[in-house]
Amino acid sequence: MSSLDDLYRRVIMDHYQKPRNKGKLDEAEGLTINLNNPTCGDSISLSLKVEDGIVTDAKFLGEGCSISMSSASMMTEAVKGKPVDEAIKLAQVFSDLMQGKQPEDDSLDLGDIEALSGVAKFPARIKCATLAWKALEQGVRQANQS
Amino acid sequence: MNVLEVRKHFPILNQEVNGHPLVYLDSAATSQKPVQVIEALDKYYKEINSNVHRGVHTLGTRATDAYEGAREKVRAFINAKEAAEIIFTRGTTTAMNLIANGYARLFLKEGDEIVTTLVEHHSNFIPWQQAAKATGATFKFIPLAEDGTITVDAVKATITPNTKIVAIHHISNVLGDTTPIQEIAEIAHQNGAILVVDGAQSAPHKKVDVQALGADFFAFSSHKMCGPTGVGVLYGRRELLEKMEPSEFGGEMIDFVYEQDSTWKELPWKFEGGTPIIGGVVALGAAIDFLNDIGMDAIEAHEKKLVQYAIEQMQQIDGLTIYGPTEHRSSLITFNLSDVHPHDLATVLDSHGIAVRAGHHCAQPLMRYLQVTATARASFYLYNTEAEVDALMAGLKKAKEYFGNVFS
Repeated sequence: MSSLDDLYRRVIMDHYQKPRNKGKLDEAEGLTINLNNPTCGDSISLSLKVEDGIVTDAKFLGEGCSISMSSASMMTEAVKGKPVDEAIKLAQVFSDLMQGKQPEDDSLDLGDIEALSGVAKFPARIKCATLAWKALEQGVRQANQS
Repeated sequence: MNVLEVRKHFPILNQEVNGHPLVYLDSAATSQKPVQVIEALDKYYKEINSNVHRGVHTLGTRATDAYEGAREKVRAFINAKEAAEIIFTRGTTTAMNLIANGYARLFLKEGDEIVTTLVEHHSNFIPWQQAAKATGATFKFIPLAEDGTITVDAVKATITPNTKIVAIHHISNVLGDTTPIQEIAEIAHQNGAILVVDGAQSAPHKKVDVQALGADFFAFSSHKMCGPTGVGVLYGRRELLEKMEPSEFGGEMIDFVYEQDSTWKELPWKFEGGTPIIGGVVALGAAIDFLNDIGMDAIEAHEKKLVQYAIEQMQQIDGLTIYGPTEHRSSLITFNLSDVHPHDLATVLDSHGIAVRAGHHCAQPLMRYLQVTATARASFYLYNTEAEVDALMAGLKKAKEYFGNVFS
């Protein structure tokens, strides 16, 4: 079970069972991105509030496996209070992690997110982990346009 | 049927995955291929390969004979009246689109009805949904019994004289139940409708007689019945196929081509535009020979026994939910285990070498009906053993234990 333990680290299961920042922002408060993973049925609804180039709030609702939901929980925790540029960098670092690469930018504190690095060894599950981050990228792009 | 002898024909099964013997329980998605089929493909490309229906040369004749010989094997396999009623497609999806485009979109109008169910695989759902949208026809569903099955009464209550097409599965790829096709055909025909049957999960697993079933169209895929991927079969009654327009135009399917118009070849070739999947079709013929040698009745009996054995054991596992009927099931079991998401379950099983499907099984409307977002599915075929069912049960127990520990 050693590689399984690598995938399902305790901190991941903790986020899965006790998701942080669960919920939705009103339309007046922020923007909401809805994304599905059509091959498996996972879904996420991510709300972001961006003020003066800072992600001041992030909430999510969703349905899916432990990997997709814990990843969403960790992502909201990681980007909340961060400048938009840093959130984009984090998304890039996460993408590197999922490809099994050492992140190019190692100046960022990954915190809990690092626990998801074991997913890279399970190619069938990478899409689970990246769903929330794709929503983040879309949301940030939208916020920049408005 | 001696399953250990049968297994010897499937080289892929003899391997370890993640340090455990492979237990392949995903045949409803695609079956494994016996060495006879692999060799037929090999032999075709080494000795026969040539284009069909055009070369005057010897290889051309050999390829045509092999290709048309496979058509005759398919005809006999499902007891169609004539080989001209057998059209080779890319798969069940292409077959359904061929009927939706060449029949439904051509002949249906506002006020007409297409009747189906929420149990259908997307391939027997979306082509009709889109044809209804395009023609203004009404898209209707036969209400399901609590366990997701279809009763004759529900069929009677749904089909009306306005119904022109009834499209329904023979065996559900999620619930594993067999629909009463003969009765549905009778009701459809009394109301002047035609019956389209999705046979993707039945043709591989039981004897099919399209005439006895009363099916006007019957579609299935080669790759789910020991044949290669990329080949499917559409059976249609001659009278209906004659009325239909081809949906692909080009080489191979024409009679005369003029500057402003063209005419089509006779059946079945008017629906087979372009160079067909000759090698694949020939290998499908080999798959049919292989299945016939073992016997479809023996295969069906073996799978029913296996499924019953698995269900009895699954019912002993606390927190395990089976979707669909628990009796008279064919070849597959769809389930969930307590709070463990099916993806997580499938990953743990895979770490023990056990391959199951997890997801929505191309049946999103049914998942919504069952009020789940995803499920796990174990599907069996002629090469699966009771020992493999035992391995699945052990895997399920380990998964429960594993997630019990990480959850606590």
